[in-house]
Amino acid sequence: MTPLLNPLKKTELIGFVILAAIIVILLPAVTDAFRLNLVGKYLTYAFVAVGLVLCWGSAGILSLGQGIFFGLGGYCMAMFLKLEASTPEATKIQSTPGIPDFMDWNQVTELPWFWEPFHSFAFTLLAVVAVPAILAFVIGFAMFTRRVGGVYFAIITQAIAAILTILIIGQQGYTGGVNGITDLRTLHGWDIRTDTAKTILYFVNAFLLLGVIALSMLVRSSKLGRILVALRDKEDRVRFSGYDVAAYKIFVFCFAAAISGIGGAMFTLQVGFMSPSFVGIVPSIEMVIYCAVGGRYSLIGAVYGTLLVNWGKTTFSESFPELWLFAMGALFIAVVMAFPNGLAGIYKSHVQPLFKRLATRNSDRRDAPAEAPAAIAE
Amino acid sequence: MFADYSWSELGSIFAMQGFAGLVLFSVFVLMALGLAIIFGQMGVINMAHGEFMILGAYVTYLCSNFFQSTAPALMPISFFIAMVLAFFASGALGMLVEMGLIRFLYKRPLDTLLATWGLSLILQQAYRTIFGAREVGVTLPEWMMGSLPLTDIIEIPINGLIVMAITLAITLAVYLIMFRSRFGAKVRAVVQNRQMAGAVGIDTERVDRFTFGLGCGIAGVAGSAFTMIGSTGPSSGQLYIVDTFLVVVFGGATSLIGTVASAFTISQAQSTMEFFLSGSMAKVLTLLTVVGILMLRPQGLFVLKVRR
Repeated sequence: MTPLLNPLKKTELIGFVILAAIIVILLPAVTDAFRLNLVGKYLTYAFVAVGLVLCWGSAGILSLGQGIFFGLGGYCMAMFLKLEASTPEATKIQSTPGIPDFMDWNQVTELPWFWEPFHSFAFTLLAVVAVPAILAFVIGFAMFTRRVGGVYFAIITQAIAAILTILIIGQQGYTGGVNGITDLRTLHGWDIRTDTAKTILYFVNAFLLLGVIALSMLVRSSKLGRILVALRDKEDRVRFSGYDVAAYKIFVFCFAAAISGIGGAMFTLQVGFMSPSFVGIVPSIEMVIYCAVGGRYSLIGAVYGTLLVNWGKTTFSESFPELWLFAMGALFIAVVMAFPNGLAGIYKSHVQPLFKRLATRNSDRRDAPAEAPAAIAE
Repeated sequence: MFADYSWSELGSIFAMQGFAGLVLFSVFVLMALGLAIIFGQMGVINMAHGEFMILGAYVTYLCSNFFQSTAPALMPISFFIAMVLAFFASGALGMLVEMGLIRFLYKRPLDTLLATWGLSLILQQAYRTIFGAREVGVTLPEWMMGSLPLTDIIEIPINGLIVMAITLAITLAVYLIMFRSRFGAKVRAVVQNRQMAGAVGIDTERVDRFTFGLGCGIAGVAGSAFTMIGSTGPSSGQLYIVDTFLVVVFGGATSLIGTVASAFTISQAQSTMEFFLSGSMAKVLTLLTVVGILMLRPQGLFVLKVRR
């Protein structure tokens, strides 16, 4: 298990370019609008998976609550869109016009204070990143400065995901309850439900994702990234060398949370609703499996992992809904037992040598005398 | 809020609410004991713990159906037979899982978590395929139903009393096994210092396997007891797993007494608050408090010094 220490190598850049070509050129070219929207939805999960690669792969912090941050980002965006959809004219049949419909159904008569700032688009954009990051900071600060890590951290993040889900479902009048915030229509007067809008949003999403991956690559190749790897492997040594381990962990956890928030916001925009079923424990663990399938050390692998698992989920549950959970469960076990490095690991150990062998064979043909040393080297 | 009630009524409400809390406490203890053994003693995160519980519940269901149709005379004791069967069924499955899966992952606790989550998905779907997606209820023997009138207001349901009795018996049994038997001594030795235990001739792998089996078996009994107060569906296990983990972590993972104490605290807090607030808010507040305390005191309530 040799993690990539210096990821900004040529191969990684080539991988990035190939990924960019696939999601920006190839997929839009071969899929229709409906499927493209579906791919766009999957790619919003990839934000979370990329965050997990940093958090879990690089720094060894497994969070089972990334759905919290995805959901918070999504809810921030949904609140803005819902307020825009609930103008007094559009909601004049309600007993209190001008507030979201589910509030009216739950006998809430005025807009709660925490909804007020979401009238502003600038505030919403800020909140999409800041709310998850601040919550992550609070959790991270409490946990990491007390040196809670590993298994305990996983359990506590999971508990927080459960708490948030119960809270959202319980406070129906303020959050839309189990149905979530639905019936979102326009963004600054621009209808987001048309096919053109969805295609545009797909590209916005794709470029944001590529930007996030590029940023994550920078983080990983910097000194910061190396310290993260070091503290994953031997935390005490890093601490004794004078580094503030907790600060690095908090940073990477907040960074992952902020990224997940962006993913959530893009999800809301593309899918048109947000509900607690994307916040709780089950989606959070599913997001970990996307990352694990792609390869927990590979940023680019995480995107392929997300696409593959979701594509599998959609295909399976369309034709054999019974089998899907079996397949998913088997996938979990197989990835952990047989391919701990996921797709990226398989690529590294099987495909890359194949390329190398092909390359050497080609050069051998061109240059016959070179064959003998190559054979010895093997 | 209290103005409408007289003093005696208020007293009765608190007594009944306290009793409901005690039943919840019993359920928590039953669920958490198995997990405390597996997670606390072995350090394995078994996300499929809830599914082992449900296996016990389904065994009880099958058993009660079987007795009802073939041997109605044995019905009064069917429940206890079912409980023993549930123990062995879950325990055997647990040992199989340990042999096939967990054994390879002792060094990678986070990966165990993912693998057992996968296992839980498979088990859930298996239950759904075999028993159907609908929740099933177990027919209880006559004498377990109804309630005991204590005063003219307070009534105590018998099944709650039985759940409490079972909990008491199982807690006692676990205590005897862990602290008064050779096997328990071996388990504790392996937990405290694996290498040293191996060096003095304890077969640590065997101990691991039986410990895991014991934990899963207790989960099965918990599931069996559970059928008395609720119905069983394929994904019921999932509902309890987070609570159970919190109970174990809050109690201090390595301490069995801590597990019991934390189950008591959490269940009483929750059932008392349920009277004043809505159920979901009571749960949120309880969990938040637990998480908050864990952030201040990550090692939990009771700590056992362990050399890893």
